[in-house]
Amino acid sequence: MRRRSRTRRVLLVEIAHARSGDKGDTANVGLIALKPEYYPILVKQVTAARVARHFKGMISGPVERYELPNLHALNFLLHGALDGGGTISLKTDAQGKVFSTALLRLEVALPQ
Amino acid sequence: MKPGATTVRIAAGQGFWGDWLEAPYRQVTGGPIDYLMMDYLAEVTMSILQKQKSRDPSLGYAKDFIPLLERILPIVAERRIKITANAGGVNPRGCAQAVAETARRLRLGGKVRIGVVTGDDLLGRLDGLLARGHELRNLDTGRPLSEVRDRVLSANAYLGAWPVVEALRGGADIVVTGRVTDTGLTLAPMIHAFGWQPDAWDLLAAGTVAGHTIECGAQCSGGNCLVDWEHIPDLANVGYPIVDAAPDGTFEITKHPGTGGRISVAGVKEQLVYEMGDPAEYITPDGIADFTTIRLEQKGKDRVRVSGVRGRPATDKLKVSIGYFYGYKAVGTLVYAWPDAYKKAQAGDRILRQRLADLGLKFESVLTEFLGADATHGPLARASAPLDRLPEVQLRIGVRSPDKAAVERFTREIAPLILNGPPSVTGFAGGRPKPEEIVAYWPALLDKNMVEPCVEVVDV
Repeated sequence: MRRRSRTRRVLLVEIAHARSGDKGDTANVGLIALKPEYYPILVKQVTAARVARHFKGMISGPVERYELPNLHALNFLLHGALDGGGTISLKTDAQGKVFSTALLRLEVALPQ
Repeated sequence: MKPGATTVRIAAGQGFWGDWLEAPYRQVTGGPIDYLMMDYLAEVTMSILQKQKSRDPSLGYAKDFIPLLERILPIVAERRIKITANAGGVNPRGCAQAVAETARRLRLGGKVRIGVVTGDDLLGRLDGLLARGHELRNLDTGRPLSEVRDRVLSANAYLGAWPVVEALRGGADIVVTGRVTDTGLTLAPMIHAFGWQPDAWDLLAAGTVAGHTIECGAQCSGGNCLVDWEHIPDLANVGYPIVDAAPDGTFEITKHPGTGGRISVAGVKEQLVYEMGDPAEYITPDGIADFTTIRLEQKGKDRVRVSGVRGRPATDKLKVSIGYFYGYKAVGTLVYAWPDAYKKAQAGDRILRQRLADLGLKFESVLTEFLGADATHGPLARASAPLDRLPEVQLRIGVRSPDKAAVERFTREIAPLILNGPPSVTGFAGGRPKPEEIVAYWPALLDKNMVEPCVEVVDV
């Protein structure tokens, strides 16, 4: 008999919510665990490197990550995300308001 | 409200210039409050106001603040509610004068005192500062301001809570400021009410967190809230947030009874991470707040308690927000319908780009987005969307250039595509796009001792 898989793949949107904003040409994405037990999964799997790969083609600079264990949240800074930012940007989302939702498409392994 | 108060109630009335006009009225009539805080200034707002002032020296402030005050001033005066607002923009004195005229018209002479905070405006001092070796290097790019000096339109230091405190101590009922930080407008009433000291870093940080929580208005009370968004009740009647602050730096976020929206731990978290940089270093002129120390607790329905906030001493710099002329841009849109909506929009884009190239027009940037397909999620959306079955797609092309003529020529190339490009196209009712002047934002730091805030309190 095949061993039952101990994790299942889910999109971040199932275990987290998020909000984003801007600072110049940098978008920030605050990613918040929907339950405290999901926070360690975010810390372990949603690394800066993974987020940079996720947004490949959408951002031109590096990704920084900060941890807020008190809020069960991570904060990402996506540099070079806004086509110059603010008034310069030609993007619909010139202020990065919905970058947060794009991050929620990332897939993570959720322990069963 | 005197030093030694046991609580102070601060209500948010505007989260940005253009926010809901009903909100301040509802805040002053929906239940008891001590202060109404209204934040008007975003990064580039100052440049827009500077432009208005250069056309008419009596302007340069948030004009709609005046009719709004006209509506609430009698109630505010009767209930002894005080107002802190950075509606003064680049002309706080002009704004205060308009407020005074309104108060007199409402026969509130002798009943209202107006505080004016200035000293943030550095435009007239820029050359002197540069000559004295203050380079005002761009915080993002490191470039010195001298490179764009001749294109600078506005320059304002971010002042903190203390000048507002001084105005309140001077007996002001309505404090009108220029570029005071969003958070300072909420922190100042707490400092004033509780007699907090300038080096009480934890308390100042707590008040700063309170300010950050309510500075975007309803964005912490159910508006733009992703978590459980479909079940947030009665957003049509959304209650703007209120801080119930205590002298020990703890506070509760709530809203008036009978209003819509929701104050929840999850919703407050969303607002706390909004526009966040390094959460351990939320830097303001009043001190540094460490957002990793914040503790949140649901105390009841629509009531979240905030405690544990730690702070660190303020730096010896002030942030300066500089607006400078950058160039021109324009954005044109067309809508393509099924069948092959996405392919038609792509073809429209290719044809337009070829025409722009054939005309020899030079742009710093040409950006194409396909709304309905990939405008907000880019390649992530293309990987999952049924692009061949979309009922409609909006082609959106933007150009940017220092050359106004090139941008103007671009705006004439959109409409012809309706009859001489791919089929099934519509959505051009708005007419030809207009070239827009770009005022770009140049953030910099300046030694704090170079800025001298000025506070006046005048009777009406």
